[in-house]
Amino acid sequence: MSEEMVTVNMTVNGENVTKTIPVRTHLVDFVRTELGFTGSHLGCEHGVCGACSVRVDGDVVRGCLMLAAQAEGSEVVTIEGISDSGEISDLQDKFVERNALQCGFCTPGMLMTAAELLAQKTEMSREDIREFMSGNYCRCTGYHAIVDAIESVNNSRLKG
Amino acid sequence: MKAPKFSYTRATSVEHALELLDTHGDGGRILAGGQSLMPTLNMRLSQPDMLIDINGLDDLKGISLDGDTVCIGALTRHVEVMNSDIVAEHLPLIAEAMPYVAHVAIRNRGTIGGSVALADPAAEMPACILALGATLVVQGSAGKREIPVEEFFHGLFETARADNELLVEIRIPSQKGDKVSVFLELARRHGDFAIAGIAAYGSVSGDTVTDMRLVYFASEDKPTIGANASAALNGKNWSDETKEAVNTALESDLEPMANLHGSAAMKMHLQKVLTGRAMDTAVVRASGAGGAA
Repeated sequence: MSEEMVTVNMTVNGENVTKTIPVRTHLVDFVRTELGFTGSHLGCEHGVCGACSVRVDGDVVRGCLMLAAQAEGSEVVTIEGISDSGEISDLQDKFVERNALQCGFCTPGMLMTAAELLAQKTEMSREDIREFMSGNYCRCTGYHAIVDAIESVNNSRLKG
Repeated sequence: MKAPKFSYTRATSVEHALELLDTHGDGGRILAGGQSLMPTLNMRLSQPDMLIDINGLDDLKGISLDGDTVCIGALTRHVEVMNSDIVAEHLPLIAEAMPYVAHVAIRNRGTIGGSVALADPAAEMPACILALGATLVVQGSAGKREIPVEEFFHGLFETARADNELLVEIRIPSQKGDKVSVFLELARRHGDFAIAGIAAYGSVSGDTVTDMRLVYFASEDKPTIGANASAALNGKNWSDETKEAVNTALESDLEPMANLHGSAAMKMHLQKVLTGRAMDTAVVRASGAGGAA
């Protein structure tokens, strides 16, 4: 079977992009290799680890479980986008302060998922945080520090 | 790994999707939320010729109330079911099960129709709709037909839907206020595939259980009604004696399949444990205010 190509058009981190790519390219390969946004990581490539989490039309999704062709006309935001906008600068500072990362491979995905949780702007227990973050693997920290960082940011954001 | 080569078409209408299914036969595959299909492609466990992307078919999205029936479009995403006021009010069993369906990023893409049509034996939604006696609406080029859920699940990833049919809607009777429901599952990590699970729906009046349907999943090749266990339960008071009788009866209902998550004996044990917990909870819920909640 020959390689079928498709031309896709979408907004990535605020910029309009049009590229012709193989239809089988998933979204994370697209943003990493076609656009150079290498902050989204590819871990398991079958939806288990969460390292590839990106935001599509406002919702965090697994970038490896969506074809780039399916993001036609969508607004895609990667870790580079939410870093540059300052949306999660408090969370990033807290990750550093609490040692919520060691090797850092899972961190972009952790931040993308935590950003969606923090956007709920509600009181949450550590158990709620663990449940929400359960789809993201970290093999270094044991999660405790990650929960600390998210809890701390949520508390300070709620105090306003 | 990377997905194998395939062709890809965005269906522009249900009729278009059905036409593509007819044209491509076995080689065509419907791409709904993709949260199960994409992993199998990335791992090269499946090699379809043509992916038929139905995500643009807005007619298949949404939750509405039709008299005493909740109608859920097949393409409705898990997150919408989870946040639906209609589901919270009329289908508390599904509302209770929803947080167990994978993780937030998966629920944002995955669809209820995809989960039901795939028929993964460890999935929550097939068990819930079996407990609630849903009707599945499938559509082929010859038209629509309705399939009672009791006849829908045939086995491991096998259903009554023909290859050239599309699941378009799930119709679920509203839960009755005088009945209770309980959903429980056990998994290694929250949101992972269940090792054992139960969805229960029925009446408890005083301590007497009636019309209770116990549905088990994750241990069999499909969601399974515990007919003997339910028979041993209904008309009885929930007591240690009844629990023992139900556990014994359950052994003739289930033939657990061993997998990486546990042996057949362990799964049988866990299903018994979950049955006890589910009925303890059902009794408490029935005695409290709010009935089905």
